[in-house]
Amino acid sequence: MLEVTDLHAQVVDMEDGEILKGLSLKVNPGEVHAIMGPNGSGKSTFANVLAGRTDYEVTAGDIVFEGESILEAAPDERAHKGLFLAFQYPAEIPGVRPWQFLKAALDAKHEANGEKKLSVRDFSKLFDSKVDEVKINPDLMKRSLNEGFSGGEKKRNEMLQLAILEPTLAVLDETDSGLDVDAMRIVSDAVNALRSPDRSFILVTHYNRLLHHIKPDVVHVLVDGRLVETGGPELAEEVERDGYKRFLEEHAPASA
Amino acid sequence: MTTTAPPSTIASYERDFLKHEDRADWLSELQRQAWTEFEKLGFPTTRRGNELWKYTDLRRLDSQAFNLSEAASMAASGELSKIAPWSDDWHSAVVIDGRFSPDLSRNVESAGVSISDFASTADSLRQKIEPVLGSLATVEDNAFVALNTALFQSGLLVEIGDDAELDQPVHILNIVSDGPDHRAIYPRTLLIAGSNSKAVVIESFVNLSSGPQLTVPVFEASLGAGAELQHFRVQLENEQSLHLGTTRSEQPAGAVFNSTTFATGPAIGRNDVHTNLAEEGAETTLHGLYITNGQSHQDNEISTTHHKPHGTSHQFYKGILAGKSRAVFSGKVLVQPGAMKTVAEQKDLNLLLSHGAEIDTKPSLEIYADDVKCAHGATAGHVDTSMLFYLMSRGIDRQDAAKMLVTGFATEIIDEFEPEPLREFLYEKLDQIVPKLDSEGIL
Amino acid sequence: MTTPSKTPQTISRTTDLSEMEYKWGFVTDVDAEIAPKGLSEDTVRFISAKKNEPEWLLEWRLKAYRHWLTLQESDAEPKWAKVEYPPIDYQDMYYYSAPKSPEDGPKSMDEVDPELLEAFDKLGVPLHEREKLAGVAVDAVFDSVSVATTFADKLEELGIIFCSFNEAVQNHPELVKKYLGSVVPYTDNFFATLNSAVFSDGSFAYVPPGVKCPIELMTYFRINTEGSGQFERTLIIADKDAYVSYLEGCTAPIRRTSQLHAAVVELVALDDAEIKYSTVQNWFPGTKDGVGGVYNFVTKRGRADRNSKISWTQVETGSAITWKYPSVILRGDNSVGEFYSVALTNNHQQADTGTKMIHIGKNTKSTIVSKGISAGQGQNTYRGQVKIMPGAENSTNHTQCDSLLIGDRCGAHTVPYIEVQNPTAQLEHEASTSKVSDDQLFYLMQRGISEEEAHHMIITGWSRDVIRELPFEFAMEASQLLKVSLEGAVG
Repeated sequence: MLEVTDLHAQVVDMEDGEILKGLSLKVNPGEVHAIMGPNGSGKSTFANVLAGRTDYEVTAGDIVFEGESILEAAPDERAHKGLFLAFQYPAEIPGVRPWQFLKAALDAKHEANGEKKLSVRDFSKLFDSKVDEVKINPDLMKRSLNEGFSGGEKKRNEMLQLAILEPTLAVLDETDSGLDVDAMRIVSDAVNALRSPDRSFILVTHYNRLLHHIKPDVVHVLVDGRLVETGGPELAEEVERDGYKRFLEEHAPASA
Repeated sequence: MTTTAPPSTIASYERDFLKHEDRADWLSELQRQAWTEFEKLGFPTTRRGNELWKYTDLRRLDSQAFNLSEAASMAASGELSKIAPWSDDWHSAVVIDGRFSPDLSRNVESAGVSISDFASTADSLRQKIEPVLGSLATVEDNAFVALNTALFQSGLLVEIGDDAELDQPVHILNIVSDGPDHRAIYPRTLLIAGSNSKAVVIESFVNLSSGPQLTVPVFEASLGAGAELQHFRVQLENEQSLHLGTTRSEQPAGAVFNSTTFATGPAIGRNDVHTNLAEEGAETTLHGLYITNGQSHQDNEISTTHHKPHGTSHQFYKGILAGKSRAVFSGKVLVQPGAMKTVAEQKDLNLLLSHGAEIDTKPSLEIYADDVKCAHGATAGHVDTSMLFYLMSRGIDRQDAAKMLVTGFATEIIDEFEPEPLREFLYEKLDQIVPKLDSEGIL
Repeated sequence: MTTPSKTPQTISRTTDLSEMEYKWGFVTDVDAEIAPKGLSEDTVRFISAKKNEPEWLLEWRLKAYRHWLTLQESDAEPKWAKVEYPPIDYQDMYYYSAPKSPEDGPKSMDEVDPELLEAFDKLGVPLHEREKLAGVAVDAVFDSVSVATTFADKLEELGIIFCSFNEAVQNHPELVKKYLGSVVPYTDNFFATLNSAVFSDGSFAYVPPGVKCPIELMTYFRINTEGSGQFERTLIIADKDAYVSYLEGCTAPIRRTSQLHAAVVELVALDDAEIKYSTVQNWFPGTKDGVGGVYNFVTKRGRADRNSKISWTQVETGSAITWKYPSVILRGDNSVGEFYSVALTNNHQQADTGTKMIHIGKNTKSTIVSKGISAGQGQNTYRGQVKIMPGAENSTNHTQCDSLLIGDRCGAHTVPYIEVQNPTAQLEHEASTSKVSDDQLFYLMQRGISEEEAHHMIITGWSRDVIRELPFEFAMEASQLLKVSLEGAVG
């Protein structure tokens, strides 16, 4: 599904701005991976680079998704292939209604894949049922996209989009940050409901909290732009218990 | 700037120009060129299309000439602290009727700073001065800079050494003496701040006469890379006089020029400030407070040009208007092509206290680069009745409550006048001014 | 900056027309009635005579013409706007040209500029309308106005008058005489004065006291003739307690030469009346390289009496140059003025537009929402005046004025003039300028929306406060127009 090899990435036009320093990762269909790491290790950068954010440039390595390198693909093309990023800070877009936005997104995906677009009526049905499913307040759907949404509401809105767009690979960037227990359950329920043999997840997170609700198949620890250790859920438990101290001591650059 | 036929008063200024004492050739030449420019321009008019003078009518300059003030003497410096912001610790240069007074000045030669009159010693300072004098305060298209350049008597050079960090402010105190009416005064200051230097410079203008006088000051600040200059300008005029001041600054890489002004009093006042953010990462903050009463007219012409990326500018002015007075805020931010990542803010807030007072505010943005964040705002309104009610419900009588609110409105700017003696002086002024504002009985 | 140049002699048809001139006067031909090029008292008389106007109207036109001469002599053509164009030769222009021989236009759709057809296609203009707009079908109102009066019967029943300006002059002279020039006097400004002298036709609407006009009145304006100026005059009167919503759409075929469009619109809202005036302006903007296009120099003003309301909504995507400031004179107590505007400049377009809200009456209220979008090498200026006169107790204004820049060669400028002469007034002006946010773009694109579509979505959303003021069909058209007009600006 996803194969990342020796990925180096930096902030565009910034000297000494390398953040990812040789990250390699393989995700098979149906797997849930967790990438854990301390602040500044490159977690969010990795999520954004996967989705094709142009603030970063890939200086070496490759990202192969569904058998093809996607390095040259624009963010929307990556989305059409089935890549979804749940944002840590979803943008607020004045005047754009969630319904209108999601219809456009789904239409674009169908069109790119040579599939038939949903009629307005069918889409509305789908939309309403998913709104119900992720338990997002329907009143919010009358507002502008993410505008005036609380932190939790924004995350639920991300889950709504995830449920409607049905990606093959979903990357959740610190989706658990700033969530209370109830909201955490909403997110994990949404993800668990969507788990399937041909859909994979990458959960990018600082803490183990979310991993109590979503059981990962593989856990990686990211330090200084590299995945320094890979294991099972027990690795996440170690992080929860002892923090990142051991990993930092063993793997951080001498200067740090 | 457009002009009509030269008014009849020009001849009288020309006589003043011809009276000039002998000066170094290069300086005489500069002044002659300035005079030629002034003759060409004449005084600006409010004629249609002259955006710079849209709201300020200077026709009285066409009918009434103001002649170069004779040198006047002043009493000892002990009195100065009564009439002006003052501290014995400051580096104070006292200028009376446009002439530097070494006797009254204090600490003008200290570590890191030197203040002198270059008009008389121009030859020895030529190499320092010639490249910068008039390079920022250019005479082209600006009648008052031209007039000042042609007619200034003393020219103060304030030099701040490279890497110098001054503990005490530099203070240039300009006094108009109590003397005959219709005198003209042309204070001129050139400030050269060395690279990475740090200083506070106060310019204050005090008018001791009660009759009509004309003051046309020019302040020109040339900053080295990384220099940080905090400029304060205090304009205390009498209600008969005209005060048409110009402030110019240019900032190279990483340099900061902040200027906060306090203006009150004049029949016609003009505070014309322009800063050029010439290189990357330069910064400027132009703040001010104007208080007008009676028939007073105060015009603030505040502009900043962003030439290069990563520049930051803030314009923030506040006005309190009473009586039949009028004030103008004309702010401009120009972002040149390529000046990406510019951040510019512009704000003008006004309190109108009486029928008959008028505010004309025009915060404008002219932007030719796309990756910018610029915003501006302006408001005009009366004392907030809900705030008034709140204070009164706590037992404060209406007048005191109103006074509190008006003073509170001014506080935000006055608190920026960091040197304590200066801030205290301004608070005292404010306490004197506010109760006298003609506010239809509110105050 | 390249500005469109005016080269009226480059097209052979124009030359043919010149050859038809009589040296001593005017052509009255079956095929074409054309005043010779240029402006003179004779031109004014000719136009007035052609329209069979009463003497008083001719006199009014002549007064305007004579005044215009003095303005021209004193070089009073407005120069303060932030637009650049070569000097206009007012003698090198046709001021009257009405029905033409069909040979002038393209013979079939095959001869029409494909770029234009493509544009119509994108706009979803119906085929028969496309033919008209492209100048294939020739009808009698080519260069003047086409007034849709589909519901004429119903309107008549309610006493509503909606007709061409000329018809109003013939059938309702008392109303025209009473209100013409009452809001925009013939001395108002250079272009309004010119219009007053030579206006061709336009729309007229009158809604009697207490009547709420049940349908939207609509006029579609077209410019067709090469090298001719277009000077229409619109007068809308809502009598006491009346209501009317009026829509104005504008298109012009592609012409290599620049065309002057100097219209005047006067709105009169008597006590308790309401007028809603919506414009979707899509005059030909010139080519991508800035050749040709319409100079849209328009004076629009409304007079608001006691308790009345005038609301201007405009979506300006066309014209090489836009110079217009739909205004409201809030002379009656409690009157309300509104201005909602989206102005878009792409390629070499220039717009200097905004409003004037003049508060005279007590408790008057105005709202300004302006959205400027600059792309390509477009220059977009908001210029607006809010004036609170001494007697306007307790008046309020709120202004929100935002600009978006797309690309590094365009410009966005904001020049508000706020003049307050009353201490009880409350004014607030806010403005911002930025580019389309990278975060917003990335978010939409991550969900699979193309860059161009994402821009369109963000810009339309950003403009919603204006677009939602438009009647529904117009809102759809406006959104499409924004999309079409921005093509090529993104990516």
